[in-house]
Amino acid sequence: MSGTEYLSGRRRARSRKAVAAALQFLVVVATTYIGLLAVTFFIGRVIPIDPVLAVLGDRAPAHVVERTREAMGLNLPLYQQFFIYCRQALSGDFGVSVLTTNAVMTDIRRVFPATIELATLGTLIGALIGVPLGVLAAVKRGSIADQIVRVIGLVGYSVPIFWLALLALLVFYARLKWVAYPGRIDIVYEYTFSPITGFYLVDALWQRQWDVFRDVFRHIILPASLLGYFSLAYISRMTRSFMLNELQQEYIVAARAKGLSEARIIWGHALRNAAVPLVTVIALSYAGLLEGSVLTETVFSWPGLGLYITNSLQNADMNAVLGGTIVIGSVFIGINLLSDLLYRTLDPRTRAR
Amino acid sequence: MSLATETRPMTRREWLLSDRPQSRLQARLGRAYMTWRRFSANRLAVVGLLILLGLCFVAAFADLLAPHSPVIGNLAGARLLPPGSEGYLLGTDDQGRDILSRLIHGSRLTLAVVVLVAIIAAPVGLIVGAVAGYAGGWLDAILMRITDIFLAFPKLVLALAFVAALGPGIENAVIAIAVTSWPPYARIARAETLTVRNSDYIAAVRLMGASPARIVFRHVVPMCMSSLIVRVTLDMAGIILTAAGLGFLGLGAQPPLPEWGAMIASGRRFILDQWWVATMPGIAILIVSLGFNLLGDGLRDALDPRESGQ
Repeated sequence: MSGTEYLSGRRRARSRKAVAAALQFLVVVATTYIGLLAVTFFIGRVIPIDPVLAVLGDRAPAHVVERTREAMGLNLPLYQQFFIYCRQALSGDFGVSVLTTNAVMTDIRRVFPATIELATLGTLIGALIGVPLGVLAAVKRGSIADQIVRVIGLVGYSVPIFWLALLALLVFYARLKWVAYPGRIDIVYEYTFSPITGFYLVDALWQRQWDVFRDVFRHIILPASLLGYFSLAYISRMTRSFMLNELQQEYIVAARAKGLSEARIIWGHALRNAAVPLVTVIALSYAGLLEGSVLTETVFSWPGLGLYITNSLQNADMNAVLGGTIVIGSVFIGINLLSDLLYRTLDPRTRAR
Repeated sequence: MSLATETRPMTRREWLLSDRPQSRLQARLGRAYMTWRRFSANRLAVVGLLILLGLCFVAAFADLLAPHSPVIGNLAGARLLPPGSEGYLLGTDDQGRDILSRLIHGSRLTLAVVVLVAIIAAPVGLIVGAVAGYAGGWLDAILMRITDIFLAFPKLVLALAFVAALGPGIENAVIAIAVTSWPPYARIARAETLTVRNSDYIAAVRLMGASPARIVFRHVVPMCMSSLIVRVTLDMAGIILTAAGLGFLGLGAQPPLPEWGAMIASGRRFILDQWWVATMPGIAILIVSLGFNLLGDGLRDALDPRESGQ
């Protein structure tokens, strides 16, 4: 075998491996998504309320009930119903919300930016404070600082978020008057400010409306800090254990022997190596915040997807509930798989040889 | 030492730590003693254990400990009294019910939710994981794919949807939480099974003609127990928080049941003027889930030193 032949053979094998990995990834995405749809479909079917009677009321004559049942496709075999359900869900059609009489997808498109904005700011706060705290705890292991970080994390794991949110409102809004009342923006601005993207902070900056920006900031800072605290608890704990792992490695000893400064060793070498798993952790905590926003938004009357779902729940608006569940589930699955993929591609050590 | 018997002239400690145990009982007790030594060296873990023992005690003797009825209040003379009022240590809520008594009775609900979820979700995960790991092949692939699908779901939102479909109530909340919390147990059980399935003692049992079911249930499952117990304990705090969250949204326990999350929800209206109505149940939730977290950390360090990250 000549050298070139050997090389091209190896390249072909490598590309085949890449294709196989991509295919496997696609299978994972598809099955997970079908699983999500199957579960929501199942939930939609086990409700004790007959969907036909929910539309017509229980005094409708029998033949009308029968005709509507056919029109809604509920007389078809279950697998066909599921197939239709999947097709509709994939094209973003979750039916009509009974509460708002809009298509569920229209509603979700309206409220989702609020949730994204909140969760993004929360993750930013959590990561910007959590990572340095975790590094500090790892470097000063066993010290008072380490204990404090540990307690902050433990309390974050143990405290009910809605309760902390209520107390925060009581202290920072009612007593200290540092932040604005629940909601997203003052009524004064609600009709004068026309958002473009739906992310109010970005929109206000873009339009240079500084008073609006300040008002929006005063509204978002408390719920975002609360969500940030919860991701901080998780991020600082994981950062600490990653950093402890890195600081025991031999290359740290080598760097010390070379006479590098302690700051350079910690931030330039150890944290650099811990960064890859850390990216995964931050992505996962972002997904967690999207979910955690359900309870936070309820307390802060934040007009996002979480509040939309809970409002629909209280009004037995199943289309909206399931639609919201599928959207949050999809984003959640997407972030989960993406962070997995990121982990594998960013870190050369985990790359398939 | 007085505890040493005439036949075995060694102290109880020596007997427990003997490296040549005379019986299975002695070996087991010795191991348990070692674990306890490691566990009790961690002071925070002991605090966690004490908190949970306290919870069990309060739940068991709620009727004796509670000074007032948890559901019938004194509407005429005791509405929204602040903490420290005469006869009402933690104050009263809007219906004149003693908050302390409600918290004491609510501990039963919390304990019930946690125990029920644990005894539904843990065995399911254990069996799925052990069977998948032991059987291998396509059965493993299918079971683990299902597990991964459930693992990728947002737990709270899915539990919300389940409860929305099944109807609010504490039983349905338990079912919804259990449905969403078994997958990590299956992953752990499978990982443990994979490490023992090719060991000599499994081969020996197989040679003696044990059926696969017997091997899985008698010889594989016990090996998964310690890491499973650690994980379940660590998850308990999350389960309590989810249950309280469902209660807060009005989807868990229904009034007048003194569920802590629902109590916070009902105190929400008075948060600005009567802060104690919503604050007290939150403190109870915080203490109990902190207890589970501390205990779980301690157990992990004692039972499973590899995972401790220390």
